[in-house]
Amino acid sequence: MTPPPDSIDMSLDTAAIKADFPLLKQEVNGQPIVYLDSGATSQKPRQVLDTLDRYYEEINANVHRGAYHIAEQATSAMEDAREAVQRFIGAPSSSEIIFTKNATEAINLVAYSWGRANLTEGDAILITALEHHANIVPWQQLAAERGVEIRWLPLTDDGRLDLTDLDQMLDGVSLFAFSAASNVLGTLTPVRQLADAAHGAGALCLVDASQAVPHMPTDVTEWDCDFMAFTGHKMCGPTGVGVLWGRTELLDAMPPFLGGGEMILNVTREGFVPNELPWKFEAGTPPIAEIIGLGSAITYLEAIGMDAVRAHEVALTDYALRTLRERHGDDLIIHGPVDTTKRGGVLSICYRDVHPHDLSQVLDQRGICVRAGHHCAKPLMKLLGVGATARASLYIYNDESDVDLLSDGLAEAGDFFSHQPD
Amino acid sequence: MAGLEDLYREIILDHYRNPRNRGELETPPAHMAEGFNPLCGDEIQVFLHVDDDTIRDVSISGQGCSISQSSASMMTTAVMGKTVDEAHQVIRAFKAMMSIHGDDLGGDSTGEAQEPAVGLGDLEALRGVVKFPVRIKCATLAWNTLDQGLNESASAS
Ligand SMILES: Cc1ncc(COP(=O)(O)O)c(C=O)c1O
Repeated sequence: MTPPPDSIDMSLDTAAIKADFPLLKQEVNGQPIVYLDSGATSQKPRQVLDTLDRYYEEINANVHRGAYHIAEQATSAMEDAREAVQRFIGAPSSSEIIFTKNATEAINLVAYSWGRANLTEGDAILITALEHHANIVPWQQLAAERGVEIRWLPLTDDGRLDLTDLDQMLDGVSLFAFSAASNVLGTLTPVRQLADAAHGAGALCLVDASQAVPHMPTDVTEWDCDFMAFTGHKMCGPTGVGVLWGRTELLDAMPPFLGGGEMILNVTREGFVPNELPWKFEAGTPPIAEIIGLGSAITYLEAIGMDAVRAHEVALTDYALRTLRERHGDDLIIHGPVDTTKRGGVLSICYRDVHPHDLSQVLDQRGICVRAGHHCAKPLMKLLGVGATARASLYIYNDESDVDLLSDGLAEAGDFFSHQPD
Repeated sequence: MAGLEDLYREIILDHYRNPRNRGELETPPAHMAEGFNPLCGDEIQVFLHVDDDTIRDVSISGQGCSISQSSASMMTTAVMGKTVDEAHQVIRAFKAMMSIHGDDLGGDSTGEAQEPAVGLGDLEALRGVVKFPVRIKCATLAWNTLDQGLNESASAS
């Protein structure tokens, strides 16, 4: 792929991008695949797949252990990826980049290490009503173990965070953990404002940026947050690698999470001395190939430009909201904010009284991949008053034609399932 | 390729659009059992009035897709008025039909996985679900919940 020139409208050459993704050349049920589930996981470009192959074919060796040529190459490729991540998220130092298995493990790392070292009975954590289970359950586990209180920041009717009582709710809170972008509603939250509010109340903040980092420029220094977690497989990278970023002084003061090889400087019968950052938190052989693959995904996204990625998604989301509403009117509910500058390309859909499972089944027949279910956000679904939604999520390889096919599929499902009048 | 009509047979859509025995029963005398499909968030309540080892009344509430709702509706008509033993036989027969393994064995097998000789009637329409493995859990949700309810009301009495 040749990255598009710095054109003024920053529109992406989606045809060229699509051509980079081998899976998107496939047919499903005799029709070209229409992949609208990047919120769950993105597809992977040839460039990333080639990186993985090259790693195993040319430099596969365990890292940080061998003095021989390929071990040094593997180690330096992995550490290059760490620097790519540092650059990509605007972190002050690459030693603050900790590789985990995914975003879930990154959040658990903070809950176990920081949480258990710092929180006791009577302390409080604030989360929000739109969190993924990954940013709920680790805190509930901590709460159950330590008698910590969990507070929930409510939502407005159009699915934004309701900040009316934020300062009161932060009173006495040690940590405010919130998403930068919702995987159900698409809502973008005002991260800097929330971080400032947390700090004003003497709390730290953790940002679950799993749905933000793949889709827009990210700068943890600009956000002024304390911890940030995201996952590699939603941003063109392989599965099996995620990232925790944290401030050096916080990470330094935290005890290790998992124990084993790599994370020690010395071990005797009497005990161990933990390694320096970031290795202190990377026990055991890391997912070397996946980390290097994530570095390659970052190179790929940087060539497109994250401003352009965001601009494309705003334009396409705007097209989707507009055309779907025009055509389907009251038959269609799309949850979440209507203002495309305040949301990402995640469309949670309810269509007439067709159950999301049935909707996705009909769409699958047309080769269209959308997700049906609760999207690992059951407390949010309860608040919305639905058991499930069908979710279409957009990425760099999607264009207007994908949205049009989705629209046709909705109409077909509506015809197929409409309840006969008695 | 399995088409939509293999899954959504007319009789299934009929039970979905016009569910039989929908609603709640008073507890007690009825017993309520609750089932969840953690994959899709579907929830079902099976109300069961067992008296003298016989299912006097059964009803369904909750929410779910066409497959789980129609399967539940057909289930109620299949077990209404049956003895508990008979109901267990129908449950076994239905679950055997829903197991991919049982389907693969074909007609000439004499192994345990063979379907018990209980007529499934309209429920046969759900046979196509096994071609859509992720939907099997939808079809069996009500049945697992009924099974659980029968066991709970047996141990309660
Ligand atoms: C907002 C959000 N947080 C966390 C996660 C968890 O990501 P992972 O399963 O890769 O840990 C997801 C992915 O589904 C998500 O959308």
